[in-house]
Amino acid sequence: MAIKQLSVFIENKQGKLSDAVKVISEAGIDMRAMSIADTNDFGILRLIVSDIDKAKTLLSEDTVVNVTDVIAVKMNDKEGALYNILKVLEEANINIEYTYAFTTHEVGAYVVFRVGDVAAAEKALTDKGFELATEKDI
Amino acid sequence: MGNYFQPEIETASREKIIEIQNEKIVKQVKHVYENVAYYRNLMDEKGVKPEDIKTIDDIKKLPFLSKADLRDAYPYGLLGTDLKDCVRIQSTSGTTGRRVVAFYTQKDIDLWEECCARAIVAAGGTNEDVCQVCYGYGLFTGGPGLNGGSHKVGCLTLPMSSGNTDRQIQFMMDLGSTIICCTPSYAAFIGESLKEKGYKPSDNKLKAGIFGAEPWTEEMRKQIEESLGIKAYDIYGLTETSGPGVSFECEEQTGMHINEDHFYAEIIDPETGEVLPDGEVGELVFTSLDKEAFPLLRYRTRDLCVLTRKPCSCGRTHVKMSKPKGRSDDMLIIRGVNVFPSQIETVLLNEGYAPNYLIKVGRENNTDTLDVDVELLPEQFSDKVSDIQAKEKALEGAMRTMLGIGPKIHLVPPKSIARSEGKAVRVIDTRKLHD
Repeated sequence: MAIKQLSVFIENKQGKLSDAVKVISEAGIDMRAMSIADTNDFGILRLIVSDIDKAKTLLSEDTVVNVTDVIAVKMNDKEGALYNILKVLEEANINIEYTYAFTTHEVGAYVVFRVGDVAAAEKALTDKGFELATEKDI
Repeated sequence: MGNYFQPEIETASREKIIEIQNEKIVKQVKHVYENVAYYRNLMDEKGVKPEDIKTIDDIKKLPFLSKADLRDAYPYGLLGTDLKDCVRIQSTSGTTGRRVVAFYTQKDIDLWEECCARAIVAAGGTNEDVCQVCYGYGLFTGGPGLNGGSHKVGCLTLPMSSGNTDRQIQFMMDLGSTIICCTPSYAAFIGESLKEKGYKPSDNKLKAGIFGAEPWTEEMRKQIEESLGIKAYDIYGLTETSGPGVSFECEEQTGMHINEDHFYAEIIDPETGEVLPDGEVGELVFTSLDKEAFPLLRYRTRDLCVLTRKPCSCGRTHVKMSKPKGRSDDMLIIRGVNVFPSQIETVLLNEGYAPNYLIKVGRENNTDTLDVDVELLPEQFSDKVSDIQAKEKALEGAMRTMLGIGPKIHLVPPKSIARSEGKAVRVIDTRKLHD
């Protein structure tokens, strides 16, 4: 089950990240997961939040945002857990654009993937018995 | 007193120069009126006939030509001869509207090269010199002009073109270059590279440099002279009139002698078009007195400067122009290349971007830098870094094709570039270009 990720374009300048995070914080939106890809010029802030529509509307006032489908795979706290997931994706010929991980107190660790083919990745992983997060889970 | 390439004309009396100009202007106006329909129409509109031009003073009666006319007449509208009589074109960079394509007959080339030869001799050049030309070759006039001048003087000519500094230095050292011709910023860069390689200014055989195609300050002159151990001379020109060599500095280094037997200079008020007296700052206007293929009359250069006819210690009698003190339009000169903000805007629109941009020009390590902030549209955004970087690269490529130089593109969020009530601030130029 794919979940929605918000991607936010941020200039690589002092204060720009905190400006964006402040908007989310003041709106009372819960940030579940976060990652940043950065270059000299700009960064892309990737967020999984409790109210994606509201966050999108608010952040769009200052910059460009988009919503992307990503998959979040539940990970056991065991050696080789990530490798086992990657192996499934590789065998299914699924290209990974980027990935990051997060943990929650309630349900443990998740690894998030942005993949070329979401449906194929979901199928390959569920066929092998992996548990994918839904919007509700996180 | 110095050396001259053509002493008779370079040191001719004022009376003699005026006599030559009187004779040439009558012939040239007739040539243009008969062969260039575009200018004939301008003259007819103004009610001026070739017979009205009897002396050089009558030039005031003629209409001006501007860059807009060159655009309207592109490419052949200002051609003064049959194409079969032309042997060369040279061109500036830019979009169709901004690009200047100038035509030359063999005689035009010869006279142009003679002008460059005068500049080389004024800088101390003789047939014993090794002249390293590191202006760009090709459509740009810098390389071909100085190359031709160097041949006319009889120097051993090194047609290096620009770039590849390691190779420039190797040739300079191995072949003992004595004269170097390039943009002043490239000269400064070569000076620094020599120092980095552990060379002292006395290690090279250079004695003089001829630098032009972009504005530079006295401070920069001093720096170049010290780092290369040379005397640095300024040279001026524009593709519209021929190229470098329209005017050049002598050993006095207090302004550039205009080759008045070929180019008649006026200073005008850029607002009213009124001719200003010597000593006043205004826009420089050139008339080519004997060009055949591209004979521009009263061409407005947009360069602001001052003319002086005070006698010069070098013995040359030709009028001197100051270094340009600025522009009366928004043209930027970046690494010797003419860039208009409107060209950048055109590329943005062609590539599907909004015309919201900020051009930032600076100078690092004596090289001009060009950065352009461009607003990203929501539909252009991607969550993948590689997608956005590919967009920047593609835009840089499109800019390079149009401008002739590649800026660094920075995509920024929409609405992040300040809007202003009146005229938008499109350019921030932090270089010190004028004294």
